[in-house]
Amino acid sequence: MAAFFANIDLTFLIVSLVKIVGFTFAAVLPLVTVCVYLERRFSAVIQDRVGPNRVGVPLTLLGFKKDVQILGIGGLFQAAADGVKFILKEDFTPKMVNTFYFWLAPCLTVVPALLTCAVLPFGSELNFSFLGLEEPVKAVIADLNVGPLYTFAIASLGVYGIVLAGWASNSKYPFLGGVRSSAQMISYELSLGLSIIPVFMVFGEMNLPKITQFQDAHGWLILPLWGDGLSLGRWVLWIPMLISFLLFTIAMFAETNRLPFDLAECETELVGGYHTEYSSMKFALFFMGEYAAMIIGSGLAVTLFLGGWSIPFAPLLGLDFQAGATPLWLGLLHIGTFFAKVLGFILFFILIRWSLPRFRFDQLMKFGWLFMFEAALANVLLTAVLMIWFPVK
Amino acid sequence: MPPLLFYLFALITLGFGLNVVIARNPVTSALSLAVSFVGLAALFLSLDAYFIGTLQVLVYAGAVMVLFLFIIMLMDIKSEVLGGKANIAAIAAGVLVAAILALQVATISNQLPHSQDTTETASLNLSDAAKSWEARGKQNLPTISRDLKEGTLPDAKLMGETLFSKYAFHLQLVGLLLLVGTVGVVALSKRDKEVSPS
Repeated sequence: MAAFFANIDLTFLIVSLVKIVGFTFAAVLPLVTVCVYLERRFSAVIQDRVGPNRVGVPLTLLGFKKDVQILGIGGLFQAAADGVKFILKEDFTPKMVNTFYFWLAPCLTVVPALLTCAVLPFGSELNFSFLGLEEPVKAVIADLNVGPLYTFAIASLGVYGIVLAGWASNSKYPFLGGVRSSAQMISYELSLGLSIIPVFMVFGEMNLPKITQFQDAHGWLILPLWGDGLSLGRWVLWIPMLISFLLFTIAMFAETNRLPFDLAECETELVGGYHTEYSSMKFALFFMGEYAAMIIGSGLAVTLFLGGWSIPFAPLLGLDFQAGATPLWLGLLHIGTFFAKVLGFILFFILIRWSLPRFRFDQLMKFGWLFMFEAALANVLLTAVLMIWFPVK
Repeated sequence: MPPLLFYLFALITLGFGLNVVIARNPVTSALSLAVSFVGLAALFLSLDAYFIGTLQVLVYAGAVMVLFLFIIMLMDIKSEVLGGKANIAAIAAGVLVAAILALQVATISNQLPHSQDTTETASLNLSDAAKSWEARGKQNLPTISRDLKEGTLPDAKLMGETLFSKYAFHLQLVGLLLLVGTVGVVALSKRDKEVSPS
């Protein structure tokens, strides 16, 4: 037994644990509440309303005269209030449901969504030499050579949560919602996977940290404005990359069940879709799963197409990444850049949600199978043909 | 990977595999098979075969089993839930088939090269592999030799290279078979509508 414990690399274990807790539970989960707040405030701005602007730190409960508004921005505590409301509501389980699967379904929505962040590089390297760590710590939980495939594999398990929720509720509307949603997710998974094959062809690589390092030195995929990005080849390949980016973003909207494609829960037809019968924290888990999937999707899009943690014009500013020689402040700046980009992409998600009307279900399936799928395939072919003359080294 | 984890994942794979056959509820069976696939994927990962392990989850647990689950849910499963008595003949046949398969696997795996090596004694030198890779005149695939020199196994790239060069014809043949299958399904499912116009 002693030999067994001697074999364990304690430093690696602790560092991994800190990364998992720090990124998944201290960054992505709080980002969900930030997303909820942004969603409500931004939609209010778009619809020319005020939105939630009152909830602050509730000091009046303790006898003070006024609630404190953090940074002077009203409503920042709205998301926390929502959370407390969810916890305090009655957790009602209808009589005719299949109890085991009824309880399993919300967990199966949240857990895959959170598992996918394991391969996202949320920063470059953190130099902790003052703590006695010789090697700089890579700011990614698992440095896999098949990163995006892992994300898709785990994300595809999220369908089970929705299918089971629809089936176990033993009720008409949730069942229809579940069937719709799984059909939609299976269809768009195809175009989602196919749409980024051209990206891997250009990089010759499926390792997300390496992809980001390449973009840091040679210009982002969509904005090749420095380094080797200014060559003719990169700008010719920019055309299929832009198509790839558009297809990926559209498929991502469909995969995360966001509004032009939220047929699974469209209120006018299906009441609440697959989560009609759910209440309290179980409903909140579906909610969290959706937002977590949105954050991870944004993170993947940012990493593949917009340079991930890379600072714009980094080589020109002298802020570019040097493997093994990056000071701690630059590492932290990279992490900040990554989250700023992800937040920007989430705002784009929200903007689309509140500007476009919902598709009809047959339109959605037709669009997925007759346009997205073919376009993604044609784009793979286009990239391959262009890369004969303009290979990226 | 510590042996403890191997036994854990082997137990998950086999236990849920058994549950597929035992469970009365078809939905439980389908989900157990999915969990069994995930356990199998973990075993692949323990052999450093990240690509195969990921594909196992992506294709089988994520796509094929979802379709199975879909069909099971659309059927009326009440009659299956009630069930009947155990079919002795079917169980005996199942055990027999499993035994034959185990015998075959054992025979073949004993005759494979390196089958006597354990993970400690097997020789795997990636930097030597990089040299022999370049000696074979494959300079036009720089990412593979770069990965080998760094000491990481580029399993996805090597697999793609083998599939599209050595087995290119077989791959196209399989693609053609799948196309025939797809066309066949469409033709079969469209036939009814032409017979009975509204």
